[in-house]
Amino acid sequence: MTLRATILAVGGALALAACTTTGTDSDSATATPPLGADGEVPFASTYDAYPGAPTALVGATVYDGAGGRIDNGTVLFRDGEIVGLGDASLATDGFTRIDGSGKFVTPGIIDIHSHLGDYPSPSVDAHSDGNEATEPFTPHVWAEHSIWPQDPGFSRALANGGITSLQILPGSANLMGGRSVTIKNVPARTVQGMKFPGAPYGFKMACGENPKRVYGGRGRSPSTRMGNFALNRQKWADARKWADGERDKRDLGMETLAGVLDGEILVHNHCYRADEMALVMDMAREAGYKVSAFHHAVEAYKIGDLLREEEVCSAIWADWYGFKMESYDGIPENAALLQQAGACVVIHSDDENGIQRLNQEAAKAAAAGRRMGMTIADADVISWVTLNAAKAMGVDAMTGSLATGKMADIVLWNGDPLSVYSRPEKVWIDGALMYDAMDPKRKPVSDFELGQPGEGDVK
Amino acid sequence: MKRLPAIAALTTPTALAAFALALAASPLAAQDFAITNATVATGDGSAPVENATVIVRGGQIVATGENVAVPGDVRVLDGSGTWVTPGIFSAVTTLGLWDVGAVSQSNDQAAGDAPFSAALDVATALNPASQHVAVSRAGGVTRASIFSRPASSIFGGQGAVVDLGADPNMVMRPRAFQMIALGEFGARLAGGSRTASHTLLRNSLIEARDFGGETGIDGRGGPSRRGAERTVSDDLGPDNRLQPNRTERGADALLTRFDAAALVPVVRGEQPLYIVVERASDIRQALALTREFPALDLVLVGASEGWLVADEIAAAGVPVIADPLDDLPSSFEQLAATQSNVGRMAAAGVKVAIGGLTNGIEQPRNSTQYAGNLVALTRVPGASGLSWGEAFATISSVPAEIAGFGGRLGVLAPGAAGDVVIWDGDPLELSSAPIRVFIDGVEQPLVNHQTRLRERYRDLDESDLPKAYDW
Repeated sequence: MTLRATILAVGGALALAACTTTGTDSDSATATPPLGADGEVPFASTYDAYPGAPTALVGATVYDGAGGRIDNGTVLFRDGEIVGLGDASLATDGFTRIDGSGKFVTPGIIDIHSHLGDYPSPSVDAHSDGNEATEPFTPHVWAEHSIWPQDPGFSRALANGGITSLQILPGSANLMGGRSVTIKNVPARTVQGMKFPGAPYGFKMACGENPKRVYGGRGRSPSTRMGNFALNRQKWADARKWADGERDKRDLGMETLAGVLDGEILVHNHCYRADEMALVMDMAREAGYKVSAFHHAVEAYKIGDLLREEEVCSAIWADWYGFKMESYDGIPENAALLQQAGACVVIHSDDENGIQRLNQEAAKAAAAGRRMGMTIADADVISWVTLNAAKAMGVDAMTGSLATGKMADIVLWNGDPLSVYSRPEKVWIDGALMYDAMDPKRKPVSDFELGQPGEGDVK
Repeated sequence: MKRLPAIAALTTPTALAAFALALAASPLAAQDFAITNATVATGDGSAPVENATVIVRGGQIVATGENVAVPGDVRVLDGSGTWVTPGIFSAVTTLGLWDVGAVSQSNDQAAGDAPFSAALDVATALNPASQHVAVSRAGGVTRASIFSRPASSIFGGQGAVVDLGADPNMVMRPRAFQMIALGEFGARLAGGSRTASHTLLRNSLIEARDFGGETGIDGRGGPSRRGAERTVSDDLGPDNRLQPNRTERGADALLTRFDAAALVPVVRGEQPLYIVVERASDIRQALALTREFPALDLVLVGASEGWLVADEIAAAGVPVIADPLDDLPSSFEQLAATQSNVGRMAAAGVKVAIGGLTNGIEQPRNSTQYAGNLVALTRVPGASGLSWGEAFATISSVPAEIAGFGGRLGVLAPGAAGDVVIWDGDPLELSSAPIRVFIDGVEQPLVNHQTRLRERYRDLDESDLPKAYDW
């Protein structure tokens, strides 16, 4: 039993969490960081798709991630892209056929909120790289500079959760925690080798208990919620002035904030309480930016109308409850009530274990709503962990649903993905088979695990 | 033959609300009833049986099975389309000891600054009105072993076996077990290394043994044979160990008088010792304690690497309470953690319950999801899982047996408590939830803070009055 984990959960690490979304054109993101002296984008992605065979998944129930369902469907992919989607009549000449009878196909699962790599396993102090908790504003830090690519958590997320893309965020100790990074869930020697090409940066903010507790506990501002807002508003005013100026002197923090004001960096705001989310949306209007998603949003159900009108997603757990004061009004029907209100729902993990079961968490959240009498199609539930997450991360033009021309990020499940009894059987990322339950060697083992007890175990 | 309302009619929110009101209007009382035509899982490890009947009379199960005749004088619930199981027994949890984890004033899970350790008794702090109790009850959890987390010492204090009934009496058996931390966590608590925790433990047990002899403390009067069923009364009076006595102790005594007294029944094997331990080598050291203290009645809690030493655990006859889905090397003592741990230990003959799920976040009501995942593993090549019946037993009969209530809790068998949960589907499946929950034959309210919020925010209409008037 994880006695220590209990302490952490109650005392701090888990209590520190965050979120964002906009409809920003993701291509513009590459313009955000000024080019380096070498004329290149700093820390640019070096990820390239791994080789894959032209493949036809046939006979399975297909959820396309955008609310569509095809029984006895056919999914064709080649050269890393989806090239066809249809029913059994779709021709499969030239493709390796994989029989999916009795099985299910979904887009790769996407976790919008992860700390894999910046809080890696083993979770020892030497690995605690998620919170630059030395001042309430750290917009200058980038999560990618903390990520340990050898975190064994990546492989568990792949094998058990079918996770193909994820956003790694800084923690939520700070009002402005820094830039997030979106990665493809492929093992790599470097962070650059995992970076999702063309994904916009995200920006982590946190409201509520965490910043005031962390800094108030040290006898410095902010120590109250009003302190949180006062500091944030002043920072945004300063950022506006910088952004409207020459931008000639390098200021890493201001570059990030200007990127937000320019609409190129998507704000992911950790915020639990409904009243506080409404205040943050007002602050965003005042400052001239948009919140892409509220993360943790346990009270989002109280303001589903506001969130719909502002087109802000809620990235939430299915049923986490009562571990901190601002989670006391959490209810399992949160996601379903938001869906009913027409607001954007994303199920997130913020947890190295939960990321292995996002499909299960979505299923629980939907079931809670159905017991209230709401009608929620399974195909829509899948969108909570695929396309909706991609939208809030600004990568929906590239992944998140099964559509011609999109990345071939695909999971073949050995049963209904909304059933507790199902697991991924095969996972493709950009058309490359990166996990295969039927092939012990088609499963990554991190450097850390080599020669250790349980190496290469199915886990 | 009087018929209760059909179960299906109770699944609509309106009907449920009306039912809740009806319950509130009358005091809770045990009912004699039969549930027919249901899929029944008895919790003993066997497979579920369709079209079966469960009969509860006088707060106890009197019969269950396919061809059970329903007496004419009991109410009959048509269970068509439903599943019926014993209530969930949460093997290690802190329900009732806190309201909000991060609000320290509301949180009695641990006492890091206390002058006492082993003597701490959770029964003095339990709050049956905690929302987490109500939420768990609505999730089908009817019984639990509540522990006190080691914090001021490797000894956490004395846990209790409780029921989650909506009444003021939560404790069934106080001082039901002692919990200690070894491994990495215990090492930090004891002074910085495993050597310190093991030395502290040995010294403490010896002090307790000597102190018990000097004072003539009657531990609990139970059997001192390790692994034997605990038959001591559940109706314990005041702790006779917390009494004034003038027994002189050596000048180098480390334990307070109360802490020493609290460990007397442990060293005598009259109170189980739950040892939190993860690493294979630490498990071996824990098992080896019985060479020096033969009466110890051990239960391993955690045991992430248990599968590596499963044969040794089985040979020792020591049960395990494991957090089943841990598959990350979260620490250096969990390098071999795998979701196949429970399946592999069970295959080796170890008695395994699941529990110790992270509190406040992964809640006891999600025990069913955890058990379902163990079934899922049977379909993954190379993995070890459990059959449906075995998986359900890890959250019902097995934890009850470990707690000393074998045959009395966690099982639908004649003579067992009338803890019955009626589910709207396969209880291990994510889409399922309890429809009705009985504890000792008493139907329980399933209303709580969460369900009230759910109903208040069913719509967002405030055109007439603010939401605060909607209650």
